[in-house]
Amino acid sequence: MTATTTESDLLGLANAVVAQARPGEGMEVYVTRGTDTEVRAYEGEVESLTSADSSGVGIRVLTADPGGSGSQVGFAWAGSLDPAVVEATLADARDNARFATPDPDVVLAEPDGVAAVELDLWDDGVASTPMEKKVALALELERATRAADPRVRQVSSADYADSRGEVALVTTTGITSYRRRTNAFLSVDAIAGEGTDTQTGTGFSVGRGPGELVPDEAMDDAVLRATRMLGSQKTRSTHCTVVFDPRVASTLLGIVASALSGEALVKGRSFFAGRVGEIVAAPAVTLVDDPTDPRAYGAATHDGEGLACRRNVLIADGVLRMFVFDTVSARRAGAVSTGSAVRGGFAGTPSAGCRALVLAPGTKSQEEILASVGEGLYVQSVTGVHSGVNPVSGDFSVGAEGLLIEGGTLGQPVREVTVASTLQRMLQSVVEIGGDLRWLPGVAAGQTLAIADMTLSGD
Amino acid sequence: MAEVFAEDASTSGAMLDDRKVEELSSGRNRGAGIRVVDGETTGFAHTADLSESGLVAAAKAAAAVARSGGPGTRTVALEPVSAHGRGDRTPPDTIDKARKLELLTRADDAARAAGDAITQVQVGCGDSRRRVLVANSDGLFAQDDQIRTRFSVACVANGDTGMQTGHESLARTEGFEIFERYPVEDIARVAAQRALTKLSARPAPSGEVPIVLAGGSGGILFHEACGHGLEADHIVKDASVYTGRVGELVASPLVTLVDDGTVVGEWGNFAIDDEGHLPARNVLIENGVLTDYMWDWLRARKEGRASSGNGRRQSYQHLPMVRMTNTYLLAGAEDPDEIIAQTPHGVYVKKLGGGQVNTATGDFVFGTTEAYLIENGRITEPLRDANLIGNGPEVLRRIDAVATDFDMTPGTCGKDGQSVPVGCGQATLRITGVTLGGTA
Repeated sequence: MTATTTESDLLGLANAVVAQARPGEGMEVYVTRGTDTEVRAYEGEVESLTSADSSGVGIRVLTADPGGSGSQVGFAWAGSLDPAVVEATLADARDNARFATPDPDVVLAEPDGVAAVELDLWDDGVASTPMEKKVALALELERATRAADPRVRQVSSADYADSRGEVALVTTTGITSYRRRTNAFLSVDAIAGEGTDTQTGTGFSVGRGPGELVPDEAMDDAVLRATRMLGSQKTRSTHCTVVFDPRVASTLLGIVASALSGEALVKGRSFFAGRVGEIVAAPAVTLVDDPTDPRAYGAATHDGEGLACRRNVLIADGVLRMFVFDTVSARRAGAVSTGSAVRGGFAGTPSAGCRALVLAPGTKSQEEILASVGEGLYVQSVTGVHSGVNPVSGDFSVGAEGLLIEGGTLGQPVREVTVASTLQRMLQSVVEIGGDLRWLPGVAAGQTLAIADMTLSGD
Repeated sequence: MAEVFAEDASTSGAMLDDRKVEELSSGRNRGAGIRVVDGETTGFAHTADLSESGLVAAAKAAAAVARSGGPGTRTVALEPVSAHGRGDRTPPDTIDKARKLELLTRADDAARAAGDAITQVQVGCGDSRRRVLVANSDGLFAQDDQIRTRFSVACVANGDTGMQTGHESLARTEGFEIFERYPVEDIARVAAQRALTKLSARPAPSGEVPIVLAGGSGGILFHEACGHGLEADHIVKDASVYTGRVGELVASPLVTLVDDGTVVGEWGNFAIDDEGHLPARNVLIENGVLTDYMWDWLRARKEGRASSGNGRRQSYQHLPMVRMTNTYLLAGAEDPDEIIAQTPHGVYVKKLGGGQVNTATGDFVFGTTEAYLIENGRITEPLRDANLIGNGPEVLRRIDAVATDFDMTPGTCGKDGQSVPVGCGQATLRITGVTLGGTA
């Protein structure tokens, strides 16, 4: 990759801070800069338009460790790259370090010889597309969704959003990394009504730039999801096979991933602890975290500590192969970093996590899976993932809406029910994995997924 | 209308995990958001550059959206708003970091002492100071200095049936002095006991069951069952089941629901909202009858009325919208123990976790983090975590008993990508039937 002006600019800033490290002191400087645009359309007008630049710095300081008892780490961040603010942030990080527990496992990442893949995650169209065009995309999405079906009685929001972001990371241990990416997003919330019945559906389209967006995809999904739920009812409690929509399957993988984090492992918070080499899932389950695949939303060249991202096979043919690690959790586990440090922007510190999960796809279409399942529940969306799924114990209970599977096809719509099991049992009970892989926003791709023997709770 | 919202926020936090003080952090976020409203369109820009040129550039970006209005200067006389009273607060940066860390180890010790099965303890302590200034072209000028302090303990207990978790937190719009009134050991013991109790928990039942919610278990029920649905932004877009229902009976006559940003010290308390308006005690449902919605400036203007002090934003980088503050059900007259005794069979929920609602359909979920079976009017076996699901107006109609033991709990409310601190409160109450999403 050729160095752009902004690249050398941002790296220069990070280097200048790292140059202030005192002898023996470790330092990591994470600098970001970005531009965001958001347009919301409502009733044929622009309801709101936001456009703003933002930047920030996060600094970790590790004290010198002359005695061998380990370093102390302190962190500080600021939403500004103003030199005086950066200076004050460095002072804060140093001061914070004085109070941490000395720990021999607290170290910064060091170059590990793994070369970063070349990925082009930048679309010039985000910057070059005129604002009028972006506004028009949102307005047209709203208009088309309202017109798509007479039962659509409201479109509560139709949004276009994009972002450009750059990250530079430099450490005293010899790491220098720079990455940049763009994203563009269309989303629409449709409300369908018939009599006193009201149902909702959300659709979206995502790409690296506005040119990749498919407004019809967002519209069709929102309208289908809202209208097919009209007439939905609660149903009787039962045990059955549940077929999850690709979007829901992606959410499920994200939850499983939190138990595959090396951080959860070393802190005694993973139900996968001590099970590497054992069968933890049905034989068809092969789960890979691969940020080097450019099709993945979470594709990245470097992780949150500046190491090269790489392809990690977490579960192969149902057997647990590995956890993902950042540098510190790897040391605690006696392992090495898997290039899996993630962080929540400049205000967050690195931890171990997945970016681009993919469940190895099967061959069947959704229709074929429904036909083979015969009777059960098809779930198009879930609620209460944060309140009803416990990734430590594995208890799983979520609100669900969808359609009954009757005679191998979709039938009566169902609402106000829950589906429950445990994550451990669900992994073992995977009966079908669709071939209909979709690259979705978030940390995981998704496809139709059938899981047997879940509890459906209704009347 | 043109508005500038300037904010200088600083936060600090410390985390003790696996017996080590792992992460001391401090952060600073300072900048201004500029909003220009022209007709039905809002233009918004924000900047971390608070110099005159930085602010003018942001103002031009925000105004560029406005379609009409030629160049010109309008002079506005700013009228200071006298802010609502505040509690006692010690600025967080005047407290020695070592004193904060001492709290972490005290809590860690207390949690581990609760039982040998406690295998992991994570303790977090944080505080924030947020100074805000709002001025707009209507002449409004208001300032606030918000200090918040929080403390949380999360435990893992390990037993024959696997691992279980227990969590408890304290969060107040006050300073460090809260720890004199709320010993951290108590918070730690509650979290540890919650995890230990669940080691012997059986799977929660499935199907519709009577539910008794303990006082202060997390008024999240009302936050989700009707709170979000009473936010005017959903109302004006006809995206709420409560649209057009003012004056109608939407809940049991035992329900009087209030949203009140003035409750000094509660997590959702402030002296001015993020549009510069005073918070108020707004009665939303009175004896089961819907009386009003919650309003921010933008949605109130559309209806030709005043803001109810519910315009809030996560930071200067966000547009304000209608948000709850402290939302609570007024206490009733019954004895909480009597309510349990008069429930032959059901589930007693001691603590709720989070929840989620679809305002347009009214369907909502809320999760239990500590619950027990009620058999023959007595609390018996503990149950594993599960979600409850119901429809807002339907569940509110099924409340048939409210006790006197009112208490509040803090929470973080997420809406449209923005998080704000809120309080929830209620006394022990019974719902005659809600669907519980267990596996048994």
